[in-house]
Amino acid sequence: MPPSIEAQQLTKRYGQFTALSGLDLNIHGTKCVGFLGPNGAGKTTTMKILTGLIRASKGTALINGVDVASDKKTALASCATLIETPEIYPSLTPKEALSMLCEIRGVPRQDRNKRIDDALARVKMSEWADKKVGGFSKGMKQRVNVASTLLSDPEVIILDEPSSGLDPRGMSEVRDIVMSLRDRLVFMSSHLLAEVTEVCQEVALIDHGKLLVYDTIENVTAKFSGGGGAVEVGFAGNVDEQLRARVSKLPGVTSTTKSNDRHLLLKYDTAVLTQDKLLESVAGLKAGAITFSQASGLEDAYLSLIKETL
Amino acid sequence: MSGEGSKAAVGSIAHVGIAAKYNFLNYFRARRFYVMLTIILIIAGLLTALVGYYRPPGFVDGGALGFYGAGWGSFASIVVVLSAAFFGGDAISGEFQNRTGYFLVPNPIRRSAIYVGKWLAALAASTIILGIFALAMLANGLFYFPGSIPWEFAESFAFAWLYLVAAMSLAFAFSSLFKNSSISVLMSVILLLFVFSVIDTVSSLVAGVEPWFSLTYGAGIVSNILSVPYPAAKTVTPLGPGGRFTVVSYNATVPEGLLILSVYIVVMAVLGLVLFERKEFTS
Ligand SMILES: Nc1ncnc2c1ncn2[C@@H]1O[C@H](COP(=O)(O)OP(=O)(O)O)[C@@H](O)[C@H]1O
Ligand SMILES: [Mg+2]
Repeated sequence: MPPSIEAQQLTKRYGQFTALSGLDLNIHGTKCVGFLGPNGAGKTTTMKILTGLIRASKGTALINGVDVASDKKTALASCATLIETPEIYPSLTPKEALSMLCEIRGVPRQDRNKRIDDALARVKMSEWADKKVGGFSKGMKQRVNVASTLLSDPEVIILDEPSSGLDPRGMSEVRDIVMSLRDRLVFMSSHLLAEVTEVCQEVALIDHGKLLVYDTIENVTAKFSGGGGAVEVGFAGNVDEQLRARVSKLPGVTSTTKSNDRHLLLKYDTAVLTQDKLLESVAGLKAGAITFSQASGLEDAYLSLIKETL
Repeated sequence: MSGEGSKAAVGSIAHVGIAAKYNFLNYFRARRFYVMLTIILIIAGLLTALVGYYRPPGFVDGGALGFYGAGWGSFASIVVVLSAAFFGGDAISGEFQNRTGYFLVPNPIRRSAIYVGKWLAALAASTIILGIFALAMLANGLFYFPGSIPWEFAESFAFAWLYLVAAMSLAFAFSSLFKNSSISVLMSVILLLFVFSVIDTVSSLVAGVEPWFSLTYGAGIVSNILSVPYPAAKTVTPLGPGGRFTVVSYNATVPEGLLILSVYIVVMAVLGLVLFERKEFTS
């Protein structure tokens, strides 16, 4: 049976607030699926339900056909997870922490040392293997967390923003690792469009707790990017609501979306405006715009689907 | 990918052992174990020095049994409460507050196996502490009363250990109830050191009801067993001019005490486990 992740009418409420609303998602087979959406969209919530960290208010989450809420032990039997940024018992070494997971996941005794050494080598943490985790930086801990997903030869790997807290080199190393896992089912959340475009074949887009689309990147791009131009503008400082509003008011600009702290994605009407005119008017705002680049197809599609969010 | 065959499904009993092993390793290396060790060594050292210097009659004039009653009997409960709160009070809440649960929980392991494993690790760490304190008291006892270790001291140790098990169950339940680990540790200490004693006193003195529902009342058998004769189950003392008032005090008998301790162990273990099963990892 091919590996699978299924969400059926998954709903999560926190008091009055609905973080996740009737999410239906069926992922089957070995591939890498990007789970994309702005901050607060419900990505982590979905993944926490899939891994038994929280319970859905309604609906079912299945991994390899097994209900996580009723039998997490079986559901996660062939699954490796990295949700948010876990901490490791501070007085354990990476080797000990990883060998705890090997034992829990049933990696045979004779394979454990090699698996752990290989995993630590993959994340460039070999020389720290026997030092206590307590003194590690955030990025070093996250490297060990990434290593923890490589131990047990899992069929399904769930990664929630695995590159968060890592330096640029670490981020690119994680991308390489994820790409090498394409012979499994990888479900990876991210708010970085470039990361998803580079490593994933398929993308699920979520906003305000609702699934907007799930398809291959080509199809999503073809279906939703049409019409108008799209550019990404980088600013020297953080993008706030006021800045976004000023950019939105520029003539010809049809939508603006924050793609991360310092970047705005804009769509514009090509009938009104050419790209060079847009560059001039953004620069004319004197708001600290420092980079200006044409958006990719996926970015364009993201803009069409996710509107007016900060 | 090798998939099948490269891994064997691990049973939940084995998972309990794994969780216990690594949590114990973590306890044993952490500072708090040595802080706790220092605290009980200070208590034992002070007792040794004060008894050696002043030779208080309560200690040395009552025979070996009286000696163990005054030393071990008075302080064992404090050691039990401190180590239960120290090792158990944040065992579960810490997994949430320190986010270590995000490393351990999303794995093919039942939450109950994690809970029981952590409980065993905490019990092992605090048993070591209680054992060291008992050895220190024993060394003192043998110095003043060489050659005679009263059988009741062994019984008292067994009761104290049972009290430790119950206090640990209670501390774990509190650590499952709260998300903040300082609060859960503090609540365990306050409850075990003060609240239960107040309940005992209010219940017997004011209401004249035997406090059979109180954990510390049941734990009274730890010191009761060391007094000769065993204290009466109920004493009525006349008080005031012409004995117009009476003061009632109760003492748990051994079977009563054992029953109270066992009920607390079971009820608190179930309660804590249910709370942990339902608790959500939200930040
Ligand atoms: N414990 C909580 N109580 C209330 N709201 C929460 C809680 N956890 C998450 N949320 C809200 O749920 C929404 C989805 O959060 P999350 O799934 O973490 O988003 P993301 O897509 O960034 O991972 C957010 O608006 C967040 O504020
Ligand atoms: Mg998130």
